[in-house]
Amino acid sequence: MAQFQLPKNSRLTEGKTWPKPQGADGKLANNLREFRIYRWDPDGESNPRIDTYFVDLDDCGPMVLDAIIWIKNKIDPTLTFRRSCREGICGSCAMNIDGANTLACTRGMEEIDGPVRIYPLPHMPVVKDLVPDLTRFYAQHASIEPWLKTATPAPEGEWKQAPVDREKLDGLYECILCACCSTSCPSYWWNGDRYLGPAALLQAYRWLIDSRDEATGERLDNLEDPFRLYRCHTIMNCSNACPKGLNPAKAIAEIKKMMVARQF
Amino acid sequence: MSHNPNSIRTPLARVRGLGAAKSGTGHFWLQRLTAVANIPLTFAMVVIVLMLAKLDYAGARALVANPLVGILLIAFLVSAFVHMRLGMQVIIEDYVHEEGRKIALILLNTFFAVLMGLASIYAILRIGLGG
Repeated sequence: MAQFQLPKNSRLTEGKTWPKPQGADGKLANNLREFRIYRWDPDGESNPRIDTYFVDLDDCGPMVLDAIIWIKNKIDPTLTFRRSCREGICGSCAMNIDGANTLACTRGMEEIDGPVRIYPLPHMPVVKDLVPDLTRFYAQHASIEPWLKTATPAPEGEWKQAPVDREKLDGLYECILCACCSTSCPSYWWNGDRYLGPAALLQAYRWLIDSRDEATGERLDNLEDPFRLYRCHTIMNCSNACPKGLNPAKAIAEIKKMMVARQF
Repeated sequence: MSHNPNSIRTPLARVRGLGAAKSGTGHFWLQRLTAVANIPLTFAMVVIVLMLAKLDYAGARALVANPLVGILLIAFLVSAFVHMRLGMQVIIEDYVHEEGRKIALILLNTFFAVLMGLASIYAILRIGLGG
């Protein structure tokens, strides 16, 4: 059966409360924000824990990513997370913030009430702290063969595409593979080993709908499966989660429509 | 078979698994088809049940024996039981991951839907055809 409870060695415990920082004047900083962050160290034997930190907002940028970088620099250098571009284009800093998957770099602290609670993306193996293991997620992306496939010999110039066909890729090509959508999907939680998940399926649709691609039928053949595609039960968590404002649920529905269209 | 996190197979080999089943759209389509059919048929069934509630035994038998009523009831039963079986199968596939138990439940689900459907239809036919 699906597991509805965390295994014993994954259950959360209360961790350390780190001392409140001092302000520039040497006194206790007075503009503090509380952070409650998931910690797990693969080298230890202990269960994951929730550490409490206090961030001096007078010394820190406005985004959640600014705050956790501040914590890493000023309080606890062992806090581990992925980040790179800090402007919502690389997809590295995807994590569960205030109960929703999103990018730490585009989520403002002001948008959140109370202590900022940060966990790794749900239901993925944890490498350390806020770093999930995305190996399978990337393999799923590779499995939909995300490149242009043609049998016609390549033209001397570029493959031509009408502007109206190019527009069909809008809302699809912007996906940064941050995994917020797939890891928000219960179907992906329970059946992620066989269900491709919203991110890979949105990418699949991006190539299915590309007017230049000549492998549409084979692509559909490879998705024609009760698990790979049809585990989507349209609950729309993916579209709610997407920090880029894309709509993976609609892309999946369009794939299903293509599947039906070729039956009749 | 499908998920052993300690496997040394490559991630892509694990994701590709046994390949696409090359089916699923039939199931998807039939579930939608029966869902659409269930809208008017359920309405008809409710109207018929409300009419039956006001009749005595002989009157109720006469109503079910009416060809139009009988056919509507049978159509409702076929559509509803097919829809029920498909929906239950999806739930089993979603939540039951142990291969043997999953196959057993999918078998039982089909047997249950077919037997209950046949029994219900048999009852209506027996009244309709004057058994």
